Amino acid sequence: MPTVAPIDLDDHCLATEFLGEVPVFALASGQVVRLDHGTHHHELHDGLLATARTWDGHGLVTGGEDGKVMRLNADGSESTLRGPARKWVSVVAAGPQGAVAFADGKAATVLLSDGTEKSFEEARTIEGLAFAPKGLRLAMARYNGVSLTFVHGSAPALDFEWKGAHNQVTFSPDGRFLVTSMQENALHGWKLDGKPGAEQRHMRMTGYPAKVKSLSWSSKGKWLASSGAPSAIVWPFSAKDGPMGKAPLELGQRADAMVTCVACHPTEDLVAIGFGDGMVLAVRIADSKEALLRRPGKGPITAMAWNKPGRLLAFGSQAGDCGVVDIAG
Amino acid sequence: MSEAPVSTPVAPIPVTVLTGYLGAGKTTLLNRILSEPHGKRYAVIVNEFGEIGIDNDLIVESDEEIYEMNNGCVCCTVRGDLIRVVEGLMRRPGRFDAIIVETTGLADPVPVAQTFFMDDDVRAKTRLDAVVALVDARHLPARLKDSREAEDQIAFADVVVLNKTDLVTPEELEAVERTVRAINPSARIHRTERAAVPLDAVLDRGAFDLSRALDNDPHFLDHGHPDHACGPDCDHDHEHHHHGHDHDHDHDHDHHGHAHQDHSAPADIHDLTVKSISLRAGPLNPKRFFPWIEKITQMEGPNILRLKGILAFEDDADRYVIQGVHMIVEGDHQRAWKEDEKRESRLVFIGRDLDREKLERTFLACQA
Repeated sequence: MPTVAPIDLDDHCLATEFLGEVPVFALASGQVVRLDHGTHHHELHDGLLATARTWDGHGLVTGGEDGKVMRLNADGSESTLRGPARKWVSVVAAGPQGAVAFADGKAATVLLSDGTEKSFEEARTIEGLAFAPKGLRLAMARYNGVSLTFVHGSAPALDFEWKGAHNQVTFSPDGRFLVTSMQENALHGWKLDGKPGAEQRHMRMTGYPAKVKSLSWSSKGKWLASSGAPSAIVWPFSAKDGPMGKAPLELGQRADAMVTCVACHPTEDLVAIGFGDGMVLAVRIADSKEALLRRPGKGPITAMAWNKPGRLLAFGSQAGDCGVVDIAG
Repeated sequence: MSEAPVSTPVAPIPVTVLTGYLGAGKTTLLNRILSEPHGKRYAVIVNEFGEIGIDNDLIVESDEEIYEMNNGCVCCTVRGDLIRVVEGLMRRPGRFDAIIVETTGLADPVPVAQTFFMDDDVRAKTRLDAVVALVDARHLPARLKDSREAEDQIAFADVVVLNKTDLVTPEELEAVERTVRAINPSARIHRTERAAVPLDAVLDRGAFDLSRALDNDPHFLDHGHPDHACGPDCDHDHEHHHHGHDHDHDHDHDHHGHAHQDHSAPADIHDLTVKSISLRAGPLNPKRFFPWIEKITQMEGPNILRLKGILAFEDDADRYVIQGVHMIVEGDHQRAWKEDEKRESRLVFIGRDLDREKLERTFLACQA
């Protein structure tokens, strides 16, 4: 039986991650709470807007209303990557070799581990950032598509166009697909492994009753789970053309609550599904078998993360009733 | 683990949209709102910090981002930056009581307003309170000659603050006010100098809240009369102000089915492209009216800046209030008709290239 260790933080939980084996909860006020032999509070921002876990798994990069970009490590050490500025830093991303990217307005900045800084300018506001799994490439989601650029060199960015506003961007773990969530209740995808110069292959993933806020790739990238419906919508990506012409799975369907957050297990084809009433289910993709991880709470689930072995699941809610589930009890 | 109650939803935060051409006095008004002791805290979303001289960590700078919705409708536009900023602000409720959105001088107010209707997340947490347009009394005639935006801002407003009245003669002021009226007969006008309008005249108006708009202003749709405006000396005694006026209307429209002639624009205003069309009819058949308004807003939506109405339906004891922006129409029952109230339906369209004859004829055909 799963057991839940609750922690009440009385603030909107924006994100949760495991840094090494240490769970952290990033709160909208700007505080990050670290559970490591006791509760440690880190005041990183006046207003926190975005987080990303570093690829080595030991650091949390954050951006805030104060214009700062900060890094918190598993051991509790903090560093300022960029000092206070006037504009909100509303999106951050972490990449290979310790690279960090953040965007404020129409500008994106990449900070490399050797201290160099690269800037990129877009015509429209950058709403989402993601590093490609291989090579130092950065995707910037913006109005009418995504710009994909090499961090080094001076080659112009590749444009992936699709009409509408793109809010979030993510690469499949194998780097074959690029997917965005949109202002409309839809996802859009592009196939990246086509021949150079060939026509872009689009994937439209629609039918959601609400905006898609949460996306999570399964461990080997076979599936992409998403929120925005009364069940987790899980698209198949193992075929050559991804989900084109295929229907998604609908997991953990409920009649009275919407899925607000999804997090795929790090090793198994299993997805944790968080709902608008605070309930959390674990559902196996192969046979849709469900297990209750947490009963409804005070507010919608806004954040979830598995630890590396996949035994612990940290979750956070809009109302601040957070916790860690041990699925093995 | 015990079952915790689901948190009660917080009351939506009111949002005031402040429009006005460069130099009309928006910054002066904002500085007053941020510095005067009124006991309320405001989060302000601006495009540029500019000359706001107040140190306030709730001033958020954002780049105006107009997003067309991907639904094939050209007038379905929203402000993407507002969606993001409002979402961020609302994650930390309790810091402020209301939000003010300041637009740039040339901004189109429509996407700003539509954001509060078209984005589900924004809509769930906020409510559009009013669109306030600041107008420079001295420079309005020139502005109207060279820009469509100045006219749009007035046409779209719930409240028009006619500022810098000390820089014009009484005759010029009258003419400017007639112009504003011709563009927008249903807005509340305040004459002022140095943006010294009482703050309660622009904030927390509930102008987009249909029933409150009517409670605040029982003569909501009677504002066509050129003498109806609030200057510095106005004691806001609208009830009294309007009695005779109303009486006239009743007299004029004793016979059913006679559509009300518009309070037409003064002949000397050549630079206006926006016009308003006021319609009157008797009680309506809802089965005819709703398909009609849907069709009109679908077809004419791009030309309709605002529509507002108070409607009487046959066999319905309650007044029905309706308003719209382009293709978005919202309506609801407000309250029971009073015994001494004339059961009639009034509807005002403000927009461009609207066919008065057709609107009038088809509206009258919706009568019961």
